[in-house]
Amino acid sequence: MDFQSCVKIQKEWDIVGARQMGREYAKEIGFGTVDQARIATAISELARNIYLYAGKGKVCFETIDEINHKGLCVVALDDGPGIQDISQVMEDGFSTSGGLGAGLPGVRRLMDQFDIISQPGKGTEIRTVKWVR
Amino acid sequence: MNSKNFDLENYRKLLKQYMMTQDEKALYQAEQFTKLSMQNNISPEEIVNVHIQALRQISPTIPKEIDVSLNFLLEAMISYGLAYQEFQSLREKQLELKSEISVAASMQQTLLSTVKPSIKGLDIGAVSVPANQMNGDYYHFVKDNQDTLGIAVADVIGKGIPAALAMSMIKYSMDSFPLSQRNPSAILENLNRVVERNVDPSMFITMFYGLYDPTTSIFQYSSAGHEPGFYYNAKKAEFLEIEAKGLVLGVSSDTYYQQYELEINKEDMIILLTDGVTECRLADRFIERNEVLEVIKQYTHLSAQEAVEQVYKHFERIQDFHLRDDFTLIIIKKDV
Repeated sequence: MDFQSCVKIQKEWDIVGARQMGREYAKEIGFGTVDQARIATAISELARNIYLYAGKGKVCFETIDEINHKGLCVVALDDGPGIQDISQVMEDGFSTSGGLGAGLPGVRRLMDQFDIISQPGKGTEIRTVKWVR
Repeated sequence: MNSKNFDLENYRKLLKQYMMTQDEKALYQAEQFTKLSMQNNISPEEIVNVHIQALRQISPTIPKEIDVSLNFLLEAMISYGLAYQEFQSLREKQLELKSEISVAASMQQTLLSTVKPSIKGLDIGAVSVPANQMNGDYYHFVKDNQDTLGIAVADVIGKGIPAALAMSMIKYSMDSFPLSQRNPSAILENLNRVVERNVDPSMFITMFYGLYDPTTSIFQYSSAGHEPGFYYNAKKAEFLEIEAKGLVLGVSSDTYYQQYELEINKEDMIILLTDGVTECRLADRFIERNEVLEVIKQYTHLSAQEAVEQVYKHFERIQDFHLRDDFTLIIIKKDV
């Protein structure tokens, strides 16, 4: 899939760049302030996971503009170690207990759609969508 | 959408009222507003957003710095909102677990239930209360057709669910032994092999098994590292420790248990217990065994069942109604 644009994540400050780009798209599509903030936080989590666990990867954006369907698709991609037990990382309290932040369950709450494909040793793709209400 | 607009309108009114009067009533209403919002799962960032909207309506000329700073606050609240939602879902999960455990606990009660037998000349009282929902202590009475009474008291080191599971195993192994096998030492030796084969080496079970024969008035017993009970000699009016040596169950497959015996006379008593009784924790220390005995002595004039219940109530109270360990106490009095 070709994305409208991607931000490479290699350094911690790249997270800010990804947030920035996500927020601009969100504003453009017509999200309210609260949802803009939620999308930015979700992007932070996704980008931070890449930075912490995969080392490098990218966060990509695709705006969705159909007749009665407007939204933003945020995809996080990396070639990192992958996730062994997805059910476990999707469990409340698993990543947050170590003070790591909202974790993937948080991302799922912040966004409307959430999908994750991960192969140990190959990498992870997390695809999320937020719809304009 | 409708309810949200209503909320905003309501919040705006309250805020305006407060800005004009600064009275306590508006603050109280704000508190009610928050509670209602929480019931409807409104997260903090949404409240901040409602505040921003309301403020902009009330005073359209708020300085830009303040307006912008509120956006900053909203952003800062997002993570709190997530933590709040996570807390909610964990709370639901906790309720589910709780009800699951209570089902397991009542199932355990059915599995491990024992009937206190009535045997001529003996007055028997027993109480066993778990510290949490599931009991890691176990007691069991067996009466055969010659009125011989077998009494088992066991304690798994540790408490809660793992202990309770181990106890169910003990009960079923005992049930599978033939009735003819009533010898305390033989019963412990057999159970020891079962435990050694089936239980994780880090888990230990202590057990006392006694057998009372009313025709001879002899009480035979063996112990697998169990907390010693007490024997009351009525003629001498003295309490003695029921001493018995033996390794806890499950350490080594070929453990041998020595068997002891006592002659029980009129008005003598046998008191069996688990370490949940002798290790009652007072504010900063464990209670001493002789203190336990002092408490038991206060109630021995009552019937055996009343006595064990009163002793339990006593220890429950001095521990602030919060047991640290499963508590089991049995008193057997010889009436005639």
